[in-house]
Amino acid sequence: MHEMSITVNVIRIVTEQMEKNGATKLNSLKVKVGQMTAVEPDSLRFCFEACIKGTPLEGAFLDIEEVPITGRCNTCNRDFKMENYYVSTCPDCGGTAADIVSGRELDIVSMEVD
Amino acid sequence: MHDVILNEKVLAKNIELAEHNRGKLREKGIFTINLISSPGSGKTSIVERTIEGLQGQMNIAVIEGDIQADLDLQRLMKFNIPVRQINTGRSCHLDAHMVKHTLPWLFDQGTVDFLIIENVGNMVCPAEYDLGEDIKVAIMSVTEGDDKPIKYPSMFDSSQFLLINKTDLIDYTNFNMDKAKTNALKINPHLKIIETSCTSGSGINDWIAAMTDEKTRKA
Repeated sequence: MHEMSITVNVIRIVTEQMEKNGATKLNSLKVKVGQMTAVEPDSLRFCFEACIKGTPLEGAFLDIEEVPITGRCNTCNRDFKMENYYVSTCPDCGGTAADIVSGRELDIVSMEVD
Repeated sequence: MHDVILNEKVLAKNIELAEHNRGKLREKGIFTINLISSPGSGKTSIVERTIEGLQGQMNIAVIEGDIQADLDLQRLMKFNIPVRQINTGRSCHLDAHMVKHTLPWLFDQGTVDFLIIENVGNMVCPAEYDLGEDIKVAIMSVTEGDDKPIKYPSMFDSSQFLLINKTDLIDYTNFNMDKAKTNALKINPHLKIIETSCTSGSGINDWIAAMTDEKTRKA
């Protein structure tokens, strides 16, 4: 359960950015969570809602975009979406080794503020 | 009402501190490994075997991460090397900030060539936090089951080495070594896998040789 420490980082970054932009209220926040990370979107939402009470972030909508896992085939270099990270067979050449090229994201994309 | 584009990594602060740590450690010529595994897979035993294997060749120091207590530190006292315990309180992983605060102590210990960081026993969270190490080493034991790479991929994904430990117990389990390796390599085709037993000593020489090579390569 490290979503709490992830949330603390999110709130710190957003609070700093709100101050920098002269914002007084956060309406919504967009984050990207890759499916390869060990971050559970539901837990992240739960922690976020618990932590923003009584702050300028209170009431904000947390928009979580889950990024699917994309593999790059070690044989033919083609990128393909992995349904499961452990089923990494290339649909093109049948190669079974692939490097993960997306799905590790844990990013704050944008915020909508007043 | 207006939109502000941020495009910032949530763990940007940790990444920045980890890079700071890596720079400081390299400047001092210290090669650092970060050991990650579930509780009870034999991390501290691997630390003991690593110290025994490398002592005499290089100066070793250890940072022990645990939620509470200093039992691991006490276990390592017999080696007469610098050991520091970090208690994380309620946190399930070490982070770069905690390690940064331990560096002044480390740099006060005379010459150190090889730093072992034993992370908090947890297969999930430590994998997300770079500490500034040169390599991450995942450890799984045969008593945990050959399906662990599939169920907890992030640790296998972020590591360069995998030790499959407690191989002396394999006959008492239904652990399938080939399946475990195939599963781990599906997650990370570049993983270097070594089978070890801290009880029989099997594979420990290969592990020590691999660490000596890695240190030479990074120096």
